[in-house]
Amino acid sequence: MDRTKEVKIPSSLYRAIEEKIEGSNFPSVSEFVTYAVRKALKELSGYREQLSEEEKEEIKDRLRALGYL
Amino acid sequence: MVVPHGGRLVDRVLKGDERQEALERVHLLPKLELSRDLAFEVENIATGVFSPLEGFLGREDLESVLDHGRLANDVPWTIPIVLDISEDVASSIRDELVLCYRGEPVAIMEVEEVYAYDRVGMALGVYGTTSEEHPGVLKVNGMKDLLVAGKVDLLNQVPSPFPKYKLSPKETRVLFELKGWRTVVGFQTRNVPHIGHEYVQKTALTFVDGLFINPVIGRKKPGDFKDEVIIAAYEALMENYYLRDTAVLAVLQMEMRYAGPREAVHHAIVRKNFGCTHFIVGRDHAGVGNFYPPYAAQEIFEDYPDIGIVPLFFRSFFYCRRCGGVVNEKVCPHGEEYRVSFSGTKLRRTLKGEAEEGGVLIRPEVEEVIRSYPEPFVEGR
Ligand SMILES: [Zn+2]
Repeated sequence: MDRTKEVKIPSSLYRAIEEKIEGSNFPSVSEFVTYAVRKALKELSGYREQLSEEEKEEIKDRLRALGYL
Repeated sequence: MVVPHGGRLVDRVLKGDERQEALERVHLLPKLELSRDLAFEVENIATGVFSPLEGFLGREDLESVLDHGRLANDVPWTIPIVLDISEDVASSIRDELVLCYRGEPVAIMEVEEVYAYDRVGMALGVYGTTSEEHPGVLKVNGMKDLLVAGKVDLLNQVPSPFPKYKLSPKETRVLFELKGWRTVVGFQTRNVPHIGHEYVQKTALTFVDGLFINPVIGRKKPGDFKDEVIIAAYEALMENYYLRDTAVLAVLQMEMRYAGPREAVHHAIVRKNFGCTHFIVGRDHAGVGNFYPPYAAQEIFEDYPDIGIVPLFFRSFFYCRRCGGVVNEKVCPHGEEYRVSFSGTKLRRTLKGEAEEGGVLIRPEVEEVIRSYPEPFVEGR
């Protein structure tokens, strides 16, 4: 288990999550928040991690060959 | 780098073993020959131009797009990307279908749904009219009776008339990053550039790092400029009047639908996927005839605060004899008598030698290139 730290969220949001996860696979609000934040982080980091270095080099070569670089 | 529409750049281009395996299955599967426009759509889906779409729309998404201008999951989407088939074809397809162009396999489609649709609803939902004077409506009325939905995996690229200028969103995103552009404004066009276009682009560019000029290549209506003329004209313009460090040209292989406001939103979404942070929306963007009010294509963006790309709205630029330069109505206090507008009609007359305003309408280098084509316009109908 990772070491954890506290984060504050509005109580209304906390209650909304509690309601939402009742009967779901999320054992606790913390688990849900961790899941949701990971997901959001992944989306924000966006595109970059989708490309391997090798693929990026291939693209650079093509751009160079076409005269874009 | 701007996050692709819907969160992730779609990449359904098969490579290596996966592609090989798929190619070996091709001869066992039913095939469907596509028009060039549809082949372009397939490629646009697979290469992420249409992210987050992974295939042709199913009924639920189509209805949501027509009724609300959003996919069923609420992501903004205004133009139906659909594949029409006849009853005959529908009865022969199983769970996979090979999509071909000029006899060559382009993609494999996982068939998820075959369904009927309402042509009138489609015409009204996208074009806001059922008049056959509208080229989009005419096309809808000519579509086959059923739609087939499902994800596509690209086997082969669709041959391009402009391979040198064909870039995928993956490639433009790397390009913008390498150029060090954090903000990029996209410019949609289906025209040769006159000086009004140049001023719009350069005004926008003043506030961002880079300009992405992205002409649409594909089916257009008679009277539009031919694709090769547009590209050659831009080459001449950029060579003489743009900086290599701040402007690039690449083509977008996609048909024009002339859906006005809805197409403006679509154009913005597509440029977001290419990595643009800003998008230029001008007067009567993607319009045709008098079907849409001149600034409807700007107003529609009020419905999409969540679109994730900044629309830059422009009024038309014109030449003012009194200001002694290219200006717009926001900055020039002078009357009509001093103004020379940059209309397409006027440009056409100039090119035919019927108007006297050549020098202020179009750069001489651009005019020379256009004149070198005996017939610069799409013929027909
Ligand atoms: Zn003036």
